[in-house]
Amino acid sequence: MQGAGPAVCLGNDIDTDVIIAGRYLRTKDRSVWAEHVLEDLDPTLAGRIRGAVIVAGRNMGCGSSREQAVIALREAGVIGVVAPSFARIFFRNAVNVGLPVIEAEVSCTDGAHVAFDLDAGWVEVDGERYPARPLSERMVAILRAGGLVPYWRSCR
Amino acid sequence: MSTLSERILGAPAGKYVDREVDIAFAHDGTGFLAREALREMGVESLPHPERLRLVFDHIVPANTGTTATLQADLREYSRRSGIALSDAGGGICHQVMSEGVVRPGMIVVGADSHTCTLGAFGAFATGVGATDMAAIWASGSTWFRVPETIAVNLSGRLPGAAEPKDVALTYVAKLGMEGATYRALEFVGDGAAGISMDGRLTLCNMAVETGAKAGIFYADAVTIRYLAEHGLSSASPQVPEDCRYERTIDINLADIVPLVAVPHRVDTVREAEDVAGTHLDQVFVGTCTNGRYEDLARFARIVRGRKVAVRTLVAPASRAVLSRAIATGVLADIVDAGCMVATPGCGPCLGVHAGVLGEGEVCLSTANRNFKNRMGVGGEIYLSSVATAAASALAGEIAVPEGA
Repeated sequence: MQGAGPAVCLGNDIDTDVIIAGRYLRTKDRSVWAEHVLEDLDPTLAGRIRGAVIVAGRNMGCGSSREQAVIALREAGVIGVVAPSFARIFFRNAVNVGLPVIEAEVSCTDGAHVAFDLDAGWVEVDGERYPARPLSERMVAILRAGGLVPYWRSCR
Repeated sequence: MSTLSERILGAPAGKYVDREVDIAFAHDGTGFLAREALREMGVESLPHPERLRLVFDHIVPANTGTTATLQADLREYSRRSGIALSDAGGGICHQVMSEGVVRPGMIVVGADSHTCTLGAFGAFATGVGATDMAAIWASGSTWFRVPETIAVNLSGRLPGAAEPKDVALTYVAKLGMEGATYRALEFVGDGAAGISMDGRLTLCNMAVETGAKAGIFYADAVTIRYLAEHGLSSASPQVPEDCRYERTIDINLADIVPLVAVPHRVDTVREAEDVAGTHLDQVFVGTCTNGRYEDLARFARIVRGRKVAVRTLVAPASRAVLSRAIATGVLADIVDAGCMVATPGCGPCLGVHAGVLGEGEVCLSTANRNFKNRMGVGGEIYLSSVATAAASALAGEIAVPEGA
């Protein structure tokens, strides 16, 4: 599982309310979530994260269990999310919707070229390589299948 | 020797295990996504509908046509699948599950982050996302990584106007917003026995605000008495073993004073005295943290015979709580003091239904989260105990409750 793109850097403790606010949750229209993703942090972000790798600070995705947060990031075109630590429900949700999450401590600025290889266990920022914490075998299998729904179907 | 989480999950910390779940629930906010995922998975019949629950609590009663339609679809699915539904007005999922459903030793998953609340019964209870919930509906089981455990060692008794919420804010401040990520918090020590079930539910509720996967009390005489009152008479106590904790934090309950978490972080906690006089536009009492009967009764005792000086919204956590508050006169005291009473549910806490804040408005809330814009764009949220909320509602500004 590999990916690469320009970095969009976020701070520590990005909560799921700020990723997608409660006022946008009650719809099945996923484009609404993509359109308003991270709006309360910076309304221009939704337009800038297609094809990007989000490089967040500690405790990424804390708070509510809302899966709309990881769906919003994926639908907005985010390639993967790198952070030194994640809130556990966000982490599990990301894997379940097929959004790569990479637990790694990196030094990064906006626009840097970020590449990752989850199988090999590394992430690179402008060519500088950092180790990534390995995922469990099951999480790797779910991510490789593209999420828990396709994984489930492939196991049946 | 094992921690309670290790004992219930049947493996040592760090192991990955597959386990059947005893109870799995979703609400109107997450249930419709789980239903979507289940449809995509191509699953028609569920192996264990009797273990599953749907609870409508986030936007109740429905506030728009879209919300109503999402709920109608889920209501229809509950009928077809055999999943029991607690419909609008029944109350907040965690409270409904605490009224005679969850028992000691169970494995409980909920599609809501505050599922950790139910660890108060000596169950292993944790939050999952909607797709995980769909897989649990489909299979009756899920995988867990058995967590390491941090002990919260309680000693002494709570003094004056301090209450379990102040203890919760104390441990959240000590641990920080990610101080217990992936861990379980085990509440132990000779101070635990003096905390009521309502108080234990409050304490476990906020475990997730430290990143914890679970918050857990050992079932004891207090638990067993409460369960018997709710029609469950077969529970036995859980005896702690001499086990290995990753670390221990000590809290002497006698030192606890009324506290307030200030915007926009739940771990930025001040003594109520230090923020007294902060102007308020709204006070909100309720939620899965502090909407229980003891909370409403405490609030009523303080406001009885007086008038609130700021708009004050009280939302009982469940119909059972509301009904008891009516029977005992607590609700009349609250209404006569000038408060509004909302349908049992979550709405105001996450800014999705009633009690939404306007730009620049300030709310003192008994909830568990004060993230930026959570109750409305540009609104500011302070978090406190019920007694502090009551004193502040009467003053129209943040105030220290009497007896503190």
